[in-house]
Amino acid sequence: MNLNTRYLGLELPHPFMPGASPMSLDIDTVRRLEDAGAAAIVMNSLFEEQIAGEEMASLRDVEGHQHSSAEASSYIPSADLFRVGTEEYLEQIRKVREAVDVPVIGSLNGTSTGGWLDYAQHIAEAGANALELNIYELVTDLEESGGSVETRTLEVVKALKAKVDIPVTVKLSPFYTSLPHFARALEQAGADGMLLFNRFYQPDIDVEELEVERKLELSDSRELLLRLRWLAILSGQVNGSLGCSGGVHTPLDALKAVMAGAHAVQMVSALYEQGPDYIGTMRDGVAQWLEEHEYESLEQARGSMNLQRSPDPHAYERANYVQILQTWERS
Amino acid sequence: MSDRRMITVDGNEATSSVAHRTNEVIAIYPITPSSNMGEFADEWSAKGQKNIWGTIPDVVEMQSEGGAAGAVHGALQAGALSTTFTASQGLLLMIPNLYKIAGELTSYCMHVSARTVATHALSIFGDHSDVMACRQIGLALLASGSVQEAHDMACIGQAATLRSRIPFLHFFDGFRTSHEVAKIEELTDDDLRLMLPDDLIRAHRERAMTPDRPVLRGTAQNPDAFFQARETINPFYQACPQTVQEVMDQFAGLVGRQYHLFDYVGHPEADRVAVIMGSGAETVHEAVEYLNGQGEKVGLLKVRLYRPFAIERFVEALPATTRSIAVLDRTKEPGAVGDPLYVDILGALREMQVAGKLPMTEFPRVIAGRYGLSSKEFNTAMVKAVFDEIGKDEPKNHFTVGIVDDVTHTSLAVDETFDTEPDDVVRGVFFGLGADGTVGANKNSIKIIGEETPNEAQGYFVYDSKKAGAITISHLRFGPRKIRSSYLIRQASFVACHQFVFLDRYDVLEYAAPGAVFLINAPFPKEEVWDCLPREVQQQIVDKDLKLYTIDAYRVAREAGMGARINTIMQTCFFAISGVLPRDEAIAKIKEAIEKTYGMKGREVVQRNFDAVDTTLANLFEVEIPGQVTSGMNMPPIVADEAPDFVKQVSAMMLAGKGDLLPVSAFPTDGTWPTATAQWEKRNIAQEIPIWDPDICIQCNKCAMVCPHAAIRAKVYEPAALSSAPKSFQSMPYKAKDFKDQAYTIQVAPEDCTGCTLCVVVCPAKDKKNPKHRSLNMASHLEYKDVEAENYSFFLDLPEVDRTKVKIDVKGSQFLQPLFEYSGACAGCGETPYVKLLTQLFGDRALISNATGCSSIYGGNLPTTPFTVDPNGRGPTWSNSLFEDNAEFGFGFRLSVDSHRRLAEHLLRSMASALGETLVTALIEAEQVDEAGIAEQRERVEVLRQKLAGIDSPEARRLETLADNLVKKSVWLLGGDGWAYDIGYGGLDHVLAMGRDVNILVLDTQVYSNTGGQQSKATPIGASAKFAVAGKEIPKKDLGMLAMSYGNVYVAQIAFGSKDAQTVKAFAEADSYPGPSLIIAYSHCIAHGYDLAHGCDQQKLAVDSGAWPLYRFDPRRVAEGKPPLALDSGKPKASVIEYMRNETRFRMVEKLDPKRFELLQKSAARSAAQRFAVYQQLAGVTVPTEELIAEAAEKLVADAAEK
Repeated sequence: MNLNTRYLGLELPHPFMPGASPMSLDIDTVRRLEDAGAAAIVMNSLFEEQIAGEEMASLRDVEGHQHSSAEASSYIPSADLFRVGTEEYLEQIRKVREAVDVPVIGSLNGTSTGGWLDYAQHIAEAGANALELNIYELVTDLEESGGSVETRTLEVVKALKAKVDIPVTVKLSPFYTSLPHFARALEQAGADGMLLFNRFYQPDIDVEELEVERKLELSDSRELLLRLRWLAILSGQVNGSLGCSGGVHTPLDALKAVMAGAHAVQMVSALYEQGPDYIGTMRDGVAQWLEEHEYESLEQARGSMNLQRSPDPHAYERANYVQILQTWERS
Repeated sequence: MSDRRMITVDGNEATSSVAHRTNEVIAIYPITPSSNMGEFADEWSAKGQKNIWGTIPDVVEMQSEGGAAGAVHGALQAGALSTTFTASQGLLLMIPNLYKIAGELTSYCMHVSARTVATHALSIFGDHSDVMACRQIGLALLASGSVQEAHDMACIGQAATLRSRIPFLHFFDGFRTSHEVAKIEELTDDDLRLMLPDDLIRAHRERAMTPDRPVLRGTAQNPDAFFQARETINPFYQACPQTVQEVMDQFAGLVGRQYHLFDYVGHPEADRVAVIMGSGAETVHEAVEYLNGQGEKVGLLKVRLYRPFAIERFVEALPATTRSIAVLDRTKEPGAVGDPLYVDILGALREMQVAGKLPMTEFPRVIAGRYGLSSKEFNTAMVKAVFDEIGKDEPKNHFTVGIVDDVTHTSLAVDETFDTEPDDVVRGVFFGLGADGTVGANKNSIKIIGEETPNEAQGYFVYDSKKAGAITISHLRFGPRKIRSSYLIRQASFVACHQFVFLDRYDVLEYAAPGAVFLINAPFPKEEVWDCLPREVQQQIVDKDLKLYTIDAYRVAREAGMGARINTIMQTCFFAISGVLPRDEAIAKIKEAIEKTYGMKGREVVQRNFDAVDTTLANLFEVEIPGQVTSGMNMPPIVADEAPDFVKQVSAMMLAGKGDLLPVSAFPTDGTWPTATAQWEKRNIAQEIPIWDPDICIQCNKCAMVCPHAAIRAKVYEPAALSSAPKSFQSMPYKAKDFKDQAYTIQVAPEDCTGCTLCVVVCPAKDKKNPKHRSLNMASHLEYKDVEAENYSFFLDLPEVDRTKVKIDVKGSQFLQPLFEYSGACAGCGETPYVKLLTQLFGDRALISNATGCSSIYGGNLPTTPFTVDPNGRGPTWSNSLFEDNAEFGFGFRLSVDSHRRLAEHLLRSMASALGETLVTALIEAEQVDEAGIAEQRERVEVLRQKLAGIDSPEARRLETLADNLVKKSVWLLGGDGWAYDIGYGGLDHVLAMGRDVNILVLDTQVYSNTGGQQSKATPIGASAKFAVAGKEIPKKDLGMLAMSYGNVYVAQIAFGSKDAQTVKAFAEADSYPGPSLIIAYSHCIAHGYDLAHGCDQQKLAVDSGAWPLYRFDPRRVAEGKPPLALDSGKPKASVIEYMRNETRFRMVEKLDPKRFELLQKSAARSAAQRFAVYQQLAGVTVPTEELIAEAAEKLVADAAEK
């Protein structure tokens, strides 16, 4: 079965790849993913806060003590020997790049223009074939309007595109008032694609200690539905590549994502649960289904169920939501 | 055509650069001010930099300087070119090996940044007392006087030792040269190769020990042989000076800088000549040129090769016209004919006179002078005073210069207005805070000026002795000619004060020359700056016609996301105002420097620095000077009026930075210093301080427990005392039963708090409605300072708790008065909470011996002393002997205390009839196991004293002086891991084995903290430290287990941030245990590289991950049939990696080499699990009691008899 896909300008044998996660930190896992047939390797995200935070913490907690005593000009071995910034990340990209033949996609996570964007260039130089810009933003400021959040994101995309030649996709959250409008603006700003959606940490509350606990539960197939809807809405309306991230756990999940319009399907939770080899199971499962259902290629299915082509486009629209609720109430 | 680079480096780097390139083995041990030489060498080797023969020198850190000397001696014997770097006590520890190295005619050149040897006090600063203690060994002593010379002589020394076979000790002045940054010409590898030809190296190697050509060295010789054999070396010493001169000549031919064994500078027909070596020679050089320009006839003889002393060369170098010679020694040899250089010169002249080789017609008058001890300032005004003095008919011999000696009247009067600095030398003085980056930025500025302009450049940096809120003063010079001014700037054309608060404390403008620029970082709009200046500052601005510039650098830094780092902002201001470079060019260069400094550390830091630089000029303003003084504010007094006279007259002068003006008579004669003086130094260094909200407080006293500076305290007191309380004073009813119906207060010392936030982070009491709000919350220092200062004053006057009623646990211990307060330790220090706790529990009867290190510096570095006294005048008595001997030193305390107690008991018994049997028996048999028992014994001693007062006998007088020894004393031996695990381990082990009642507290920061984070044997696996940059591979030495192996030593491993209750218990048990006790205390430290506000969290993680198990091993439990070891922490429940990732020392390893980190962290986890398993097993092991052993023995005997 021909599962070929074109994602961010990359010709891939199929759409399945690991999503951004710490899996890419371990070269053995990366090799296993490739062996299992991963179409590309997506690196873990380099976080703006991590970059700025660690650099500034180093400035305060390491540099801040330098040259302040007659007895010691510093208290930590020379920083010349160590790149406090993101060298380890870049080094990891280089290692992954060396270890595998499939394309490597870097991932930057942040929301503002600033020094950290220079790393996009370094990521490209380190051998990344494409870059994910992960807009992982939770606005808590009453003064910040939706419009200004979008404007800022567009500036980041423009700045990023000015820095690198490799394709850039934007990994979005589902929380936009008008996602299609914003998607078009992103394309105009230079984005080569969009990835739907990132998943936020889900903080919990420790009632004994009155502390907030950071948690991230693995996804399940139920989370796919939100992605399907928005993939279906954007597919056909935007020109760039669409990726699906979150909630893909079975070959049928993946197939649905493709039918809704995805060019690439990323998985993290499923691979954590099933192991790296599962990516091959997914590919084979999809191929088998297509064969069983006498499809010629995966391309034939792509976008078949999007807003434009779906036999019942209204199913993706708001009215339907009311209907479902009513149905549920009656039952 | 030379391809040599001009570089801007300090003396240590200049020296190490040559040493690293010309040696194969470098064995070192950190000691100020030489540590950086070893660190540079280590760093270069870690980066793979090679020596001139293409190999990477092996740089090893040993356990002491004695160890380093031994390793070097061995390496030399086995044929490697080897060196070491050291100073002061370190050099003294090397002496035995140096005798051997010299006696064996070993080619060897070592480098010493000459430092004061500790006598009545330790001093980290520079003089020649260490080097002079080596003049009898048989080493060649080669002196440098500047950074360039240190670079050059390092090469000349290495070349000369290979030629002469005499080992060389190359030295230069600690700090003045070792830490001065200057522009120098760098010797290339080719230069070094040409100076060190292969045949000499080969000859060195051919003398090496090898089983292929076996020899025997280090024989023991008898009276028939030793003397003659010792005289065999004479020809080598006779030839050495000529060899050195030939090397110097070869060097001159190659490089162009000509040196001589004795370099004469000055008038060819000088009548007065100064003889001097080291950096002082540069100052004299400048003065001589100036004075001769004024028509005088003076000269200077710089001594380069002090040993072997070439007397003929010396007299040849003197002008025949010389009538008076001042020999200036930078050391003191009490009781000698004179200081050493003087005696040598006198002897040399006399010997040449006898030989008829004196060039002068008359024997010149030779006058001895002493200057510059412990880096005491030595400037050209003082040189002028010296020349004036020796020109007199009856000059003062054995004079001192640079101090006022009003006791033995040795000092010369100095005309302070005399100044020789040319107008074309730009001079800048910058006042900064250690943490604001001023020194780092100034070092960059010097580099920029030195390397980007044709100017000569010099930077010198003065630090105070505090670790938190340290003040730095940078002295920068640059100009068109060689800068020889090896003294502080007195007349600056540019003065910058980077901290507005300094204007209240220091006479900053004392440094300003008339017409100079004054730049102040002020947190006010430019229109308000003038009115905010103290009157004294305004007066000087008007009187000296200064130009005033201002910037609110903290605002600019904040807006650029730079936090409190204002260094590049102030640096930009300096370049913009001084005009040393065109503005745009200067800014471009500053940005280049930022890129170079921070590029490796990340784009964000670089970008934010760029943003700060870019916004600086728009925020820099010149302030209109009204032409007259308008301020109503005066500088506040340095110390409060109610301070003791000594503090007002002596400490206050030092606090104001005017200690140089104190005369000899102001000082105690034997180094004894009063305690309880830190309380008078109100530093106000916190931006925010904790404010107490009693409504939520659960009265746990944890805040007071963790405070490193005793700046937040708890008290219980009678509510009636509140009648006179200030309105803002907060109080609440005490909740527990032990002090029923009493009032309770937590009070901050607002002027002593460093703002570390440990107390706020540890506070468990959260507002249920708003958990962000705790019982302690940080608030603006500016806003609360005055009101809380009044509250604190009232709080201190409340009566101290009755010690006999306090339960000894975390809460109770914090009601006891801390007798260690407001030290200069770092904000958030992890050591001082233990020291403070010790003084709370036992301070009124404690003798403390303190190993050199951080704890001796915050414990005893002037100007003020943090150990204090209780209302009865009792408190810890404290002394620092050395680094290596602390266990033995404290052990001596115990021997003395026991001896005095025995004598007191003997006298009691002999006077029993006169004193009353009951009292005598009670005094001798008193069980002083708790505070009540101690209090009762004190009362008995008081009764004894009253009785003794009525008895007229020699015994009664003797017993009076010894009576206090009848009260139990607690002897504490304090120090860091460098002492306990490394340099002092032998002594510590021996003291443990002696079985006497001493308590050893190891403040384990897991590195040498004081000297800058070098690895010790306490450094944990996986941590990066200096000399283990790639991450330590060997697990931390298990000191506790070694001590436990004796069986009769009380051992505890503690971490107050994890389990404070166990900490308090361990201290109480250690004190009560009648034999040796060892407490190993986890001490978080700035050398771990994280925000110490999280120190307690990290301690908890260290314990929870098993990296730092808590336990107490109490031999007393054996008698109870229990296992002596009790584990106080459970099975590891957190991962070691979680602990490691939070600290830069571990994270750096991960960033450098993630694979290696992976291995090391696994190894750390394995090691932690193994240790825990072993401890867990041991905690289940009971040891047979003595009764059981006796029973078993009896049974064996009985069985044998039966058979």
